[in-house]
Amino acid sequence: MAPFIRLKSISKHFADVVAVDDLSLDIEKGELFCLLGASGCGKSTLLRLLAGFESPTKGVIEIDGQDMAGVAPADRPVNFMFQNYALFPHMSVADNIGYGLRRAGMRGTELAERVDSLLKLVRLHKLGGRKPHQLSGGQRQRVALARALARRPKLLLLDEPLAALDKKLREDTQFELVDIQEKLGTTFIVVTHDQEEAMTLAGRIGIMDAGQLVQVDAPRRLYERPKSSFVADFLGTISFVDAVVASRDQTSITIGGYLNICAACDDDLPVGAAVKLAIRPEKIYLSRTKSGNVNEIEVVVEDLAYLGFATNYRVKTASGQMFKLQQQQRRSLDAPLSWGETGYVHFDPQDVIVLQD
Amino acid sequence: MGRMNGLVLSLGALGFGILYLPIIIMVIFSFNAGKLVSVWSGASLKWYAGLLENDQLLSAFGTSLLIAVWAATIATIFGICIAVAFVRFGNFRSRLALSAIASAPLVMPEIVTGLSMLLLFISMESLFGWPSGRGVDTIIIAHATFGMCFAAVVIQARLRDFDMAIEEAAADLGATQPFIFLSITLPVIAPAVVAAWLLAFTLSFDDLVIASFVSGPGSSTLPIVIFSKVRLGVTPEINALATVMIVVVAVAVIGASWAIRRRLSGRDQNQ
Repeated sequence: MAPFIRLKSISKHFADVVAVDDLSLDIEKGELFCLLGASGCGKSTLLRLLAGFESPTKGVIEIDGQDMAGVAPADRPVNFMFQNYALFPHMSVADNIGYGLRRAGMRGTELAERVDSLLKLVRLHKLGGRKPHQLSGGQRQRVALARALARRPKLLLLDEPLAALDKKLREDTQFELVDIQEKLGTTFIVVTHDQEEAMTLAGRIGIMDAGQLVQVDAPRRLYERPKSSFVADFLGTISFVDAVVASRDQTSITIGGYLNICAACDDDLPVGAAVKLAIRPEKIYLSRTKSGNVNEIEVVVEDLAYLGFATNYRVKTASGQMFKLQQQQRRSLDAPLSWGETGYVHFDPQDVIVLQD
Repeated sequence: MGRMNGLVLSLGALGFGILYLPIIIMVIFSFNAGKLVSVWSGASLKWYAGLLENDQLLSAFGTSLLIAVWAATIATIFGICIAVAFVRFGNFRSRLALSAIASAPLVMPEIVTGLSMLLLFISMESLFGWPSGRGVDTIIIAHATFGMCFAAVVIQARLRDFDMAIEEAAADLGATQPFIFLSITLPVIAPAVVAAWLLAFTLSFDDLVIASFVSGPGSSTLPIVIFSKVRLGVTPEINALATVMIVVVAVAVIGASWAIRRRLSGRDQNQ
């Protein structure tokens, strides 16, 4: 069976700027897919191509098996939720939500009931008569969502849906959005530059850079097993070690030189191959005394930041290699290492990511 | 600091005094019982009563009102078109030249506008017989012509900070272009449209120079009648009439600024 949404070698050029560059992507029905990337990476353009506000310079967009070339935004089974919500300022909440339904010819009690059920869905059932400027940011966001869902689109496109909300409200709204998506089973494509938001919302995330998808995967795999140093560096914090393979056996490689690090690796890497090792901060353990574990390295504390629930360290080996690590505060009585003190870090070979770029 | 304040205050008082004292005196003397415009001899409303009996003035007032309403309406419609063209159609060719042409009448001496309009109407009449002679219709056309530049400026300003996303949202929800304009764009820019209409109305209502070029027999506007009466000597009746005009224009201007302010405060709340 063909995927619900299929992008085949899509390119979009604006004058001499390439916003989307030969990008292909399949999305299944009912998925909550996140496009994540820095601003200007082409993710919003991709969304506008799907909505039909722009047409691709090259390539084919298929939604539900139908080629979208030449199909106007109004005629696509797609609705769009705008970054700043784009509510109609002169209309009440109910009229905003009912706008698309009226266009579809719905009138009278049928219209009223549908608007009512949408208001209930987004928990605004007492505010139908208000004007947008009488609502809080979070309420406006929910009106925009209800309005975009009103025509029961097969696909909903959300452009930075939570960016205009403050942090606390954003966290609550993230879960609400996922709930509504699961309840309706509509396919959602969300564009965001906020990693945490993408991780919370998405079933799959596509990371974009310079108009191309760098990696498409589930949040966990993207974080734990990035395929390139760009993705590793883009998501969260990470320490890189440039190295050359010194020896290898069935399941691991060892690098030599200044540092001796053993890393789990199934790839067929010959001795002498240049690699980049990457380790997440929470996978590195720091202690005052030698423990005798594998991958144990003596370090000096360069910098530390106390966060309450944890402490972030930057430590340096004798050879000048830096590691960023995060130590959870399990017991408040632990005397943490301080600036300039010497300690030992160690990490599991399984937690070392081997990158070849 | 105190001295500065005093200086600023007295300069301000002087400025406003020069601007408004003559008008206030004129309004006061419109209630004068005597015939002399400069000697107070008791209060009376008789000049206002006299206005109501003066058919020439009343019909001129009616003509002015009719012309101003039509001219303002036509000017506003064209003003919307000009504004939409300049704001929405991006950087089309000859855009600069066109915008210069569209705003030139703002700074064009009225006497030039009036004269060129007159020449246009005369040659049109000799070429294809319309308009036959000068009258209300030619004044309306002339007033609409310079009024639309003002209207375009006011509406452009509003349209420029109009969030295009809300039109896209309407398109996304199934609306097509003419309906989007009527149901979304026009209501959102409505305060500016109202302000533009009132501005064009005011400009037309108190215009003397252009109207005197393109008016014909039987189409004398109020300013034309007042001006011709003043040449025979100022009577308190003229004072009363001028006071009425001030009220009409003031209402229009206050209405326009109220419409603009409402739009501003509405936008603040939206942010």
